[in-house]
Amino acid sequence: MDLAAIVALNVVNGAASLFLLCLGLAIIFGMMRIINLAHGEFVMLGAYAAVIAANAGINIWISMLVVAPLVVGLFGLVVERCLVRFLYGRLVDSMLATWGLSLLIIGLTTTIFGNTMQGVPTPLGGFAIGNYRTSWYTLFLLAVALGMMAIVYAVLRYTRFGLIARAVMQNPDMAAVLGVNPAHIYMATFSLGAAVTGLAGGVLAPVSGITPVMGSAYVAKAFITVVGGGAAIISGTLSASGLFGFINQLGAYFTTPVYGEVILFLSAIVLIRILPQGISGRFFKGTV
Amino acid sequence: MTKIPPLLETRNLTMRFGGVLANDGVNFSLGEMELRCLIGPNGAGKSTFFKMLTGQLTPSEGTIRFRDHPIDGHPSHEIARLGIGIKTQIPNVFNGLSVRENIWLAAQRKTTRNAARQIVDEVLERIMLKDLAGAIVGQLSHGQRQWVEIGTVLAAEPELILLDEPAAGMTDEETERTAEIIHEINKTRALIVVEHDMEFIKMIAKTVTVFHQGRIMLEDNVEAVLADSRVRDVYLGKKVAA
Amino acid sequence: MSDTVKLSAQIAAVLVACIVVAVMPLYADLFQLMQFTLFASMAVLALSLGFIWGFGGILCFGQTAFFGLGAYAYAVAAINYGDSTPAILCAVIVPALFALALGYFVFYGRISDVYLGVITLTVTLILFNVFNSTAGDEYTIGTARLGGFNGMPAVPTFNMPFDPTAILYPEDSWYVTGGALIAIYVGLRLLLRSRFGRVAIAVRENETRAALLGYDPRVVKLWVFVLGGAIAGMGGALYVNWGAFVGPTIFALSLSAEIIIWICIGGLGTLIGPIVGCFLIQYLVSQIGSQQSFNSNLVLGAILIVFVLLLPQGLVPTLRNLVAAGWYRVSERRRETGHGQSRQMTAGQPVGAE
Repeated sequence: MDLAAIVALNVVNGAASLFLLCLGLAIIFGMMRIINLAHGEFVMLGAYAAVIAANAGINIWISMLVVAPLVVGLFGLVVERCLVRFLYGRLVDSMLATWGLSLLIIGLTTTIFGNTMQGVPTPLGGFAIGNYRTSWYTLFLLAVALGMMAIVYAVLRYTRFGLIARAVMQNPDMAAVLGVNPAHIYMATFSLGAAVTGLAGGVLAPVSGITPVMGSAYVAKAFITVVGGGAAIISGTLSASGLFGFINQLGAYFTTPVYGEVILFLSAIVLIRILPQGISGRFFKGTV
Repeated sequence: MTKIPPLLETRNLTMRFGGVLANDGVNFSLGEMELRCLIGPNGAGKSTFFKMLTGQLTPSEGTIRFRDHPIDGHPSHEIARLGIGIKTQIPNVFNGLSVRENIWLAAQRKTTRNAARQIVDEVLERIMLKDLAGAIVGQLSHGQRQWVEIGTVLAAEPELILLDEPAAGMTDEETERTAEIIHEINKTRALIVVEHDMEFIKMIAKTVTVFHQGRIMLEDNVEAVLADSRVRDVYLGKKVAA
Repeated sequence: MSDTVKLSAQIAAVLVACIVVAVMPLYADLFQLMQFTLFASMAVLALSLGFIWGFGGILCFGQTAFFGLGAYAYAVAAINYGDSTPAILCAVIVPALFALALGYFVFYGRISDVYLGVITLTVTLILFNVFNSTAGDEYTIGTARLGGFNGMPAVPTFNMPFDPTAILYPEDSWYVTGGALIAIYVGLRLLLRSRFGRVAIAVRENETRAALLGYDPRVVKLWVFVLGGAIAGMGGALYVNWGAFVGPTIFALSLSAEIIIWICIGGLGTLIGPIVGCFLIQYLVSQIGSQQSFNSNLVLGAILIVFVLLLPQGLVPTLRNLVAAGWYRVSERRRETGHGQSRQMTAGQPVGAE
């Protein structure tokens, strides 16, 4: 019973982390049809921002929940203005350029901060379920994932920006018809996606090793989850991260963490083959 | 009486995109060596119909038989090998290759090296692009690319040729030339031509099928169709009345 | 540039390359020669992706999968047989079969560009993870231990065909590697002039039109992909021959990225471009590595961004267009051209019907 509870908690936690990691990429992919291969580095920057802020004496919660998304969101804005906006409609070129960006960020971070960095301790303590110990932070991550989901859903569903954004998702020419400058929408969207990604990096910082190359562990996973989920931001990412997180954790439990990843990747490939439009393209058409 | 099976026959052919019925129960039949014109307003389902005939779309319902051989839902290349060639609405050519290469690719698939070369020369003559044989197709004008596409269709020597708006964007002179070529092809092959230009239709057509809202509204000879008040209402009204 | 000019330029390039390969050992010291041997084996890998991406339109983010499989296949076979001859064969066949299976899965599923990228990238990660966790003794094929993250050291290098006692000297390895690179280049050139090559280019240009003319794009792409896999596998064998070692980092994402950079810089849609890009970047990276003042990721990333934004065609096509522009200026009349379409990329080798 205790074991079942702890495994269930791990599975939910795996899905929640994956969802957090993917949401920013999904926002950018869903609305702009751009695959940001520097996504992992956005996560890394979020983690660095949180850690540096925390080490500078700023409250750890503020560092994770405010500083990280703010810094990465601003960075995203700069990237959109200087790089991505030249590449709309050129999917392959945008992938190549953001891949270049990813290397550039890794190089810059290494040059400035060196190969490793002192992390921050995990806040909150632990608690026990029967004979097994786990940390409150796990539940915090889950809460953040749920909170982010609620916020993004509310923004997309109930705000003017959300309405326009959904219109653009359905039909890219719509923005112009609605009298909105599409360039502004794209700029805001990219920046928002970056901020969400920065937040994910921030809250994952206490439970990750902080290195310049930490992003590369995330990018492929986030990439396949978003593509597997399809274009709908919430329903797609939620279903895909739920499914993949479940498969990953269960696979890891029954074999080894490495094979858990392998099983995750294999199932992702099979899923993409069966549902080229992603889960949401098949089952949740027209949702956000 | 035993009838020769038609060259092409569709039964209850239906294509749905979400809730939209692009084609709705189309029963269409074309005889050997027949020349048929399809007309109808934009969105009447003509291009969707062509896409199903060439395997670019799989019908939601219904069957297509080509010489009594079912082809609905077959991949495009199989249908092409059975002998259906198409010139699509927007020039669909190999933009990065030369005119000669475009035609050669169409000609070489089912013939020998020398025969292919001969076909290419003949076709270049016919579409009057001999002087531009070495030019990269992407750098030609819209009208010239139309000709290149017609050339690739001719070079493949299909049994049935589908032409989607062959005269669009052509000069009067070119339009006449197109009509001439269509008559010439029709001596040995069947054709279905989608066109909006009524003058052009009058030049080439015998029988005309009118599409409206995804269905066949009317099928008759040119004069009867052009005189029909319903056709005027949905589509021709202004042009013919003017 | 006319077809004849291009052909003569290609033949001249091959001749020059042959001479360079032949005289290099006279001018380079052993260290440099080893460096160039490494570059040439990597250039085979570059050529494989340059072929499938530039001429088959298949953007594979995981070409290292085939390179690595070739390297491992060579290592396992060489250790077991003690003779490099069948091992080289294995290094070509194993990745080719893998490409056949993967390509069948992908192309017959009508999976589009992005998804192909995702899948190939993912496959590479799977291979990395799998080979990384083969440390135990149970992961032994014949007498070859896969060795997990430690890799497989002391792999027998090339010997004279069917004579394991006659191991090649570094000079001979250079001849073999440089020679293989030239041979593969010539082979691909010939292939591109054949019917199959022309159809492959047609499929890359316009898949729908190719299908409407009766060509099955799936089959064409599959064979291009398989051939690319085989060539990458050959590159893997040459790589192991250079270092007598193979480890799972051969599947690392950074190498996959680097191949794509080589091609972007050299020029997509050419065969010489990927080779040029590969040599330039590898030389640059080795220089950076010896100086320690710049981070190589930083430089590579900056280069890739600059090329995508400012020089998307890459070096070789840009130079070729400059030469061609000069050529046109001196030639008699300028052909009447349409407007706007000039950015259309032309094939590296026109597929002119004679």
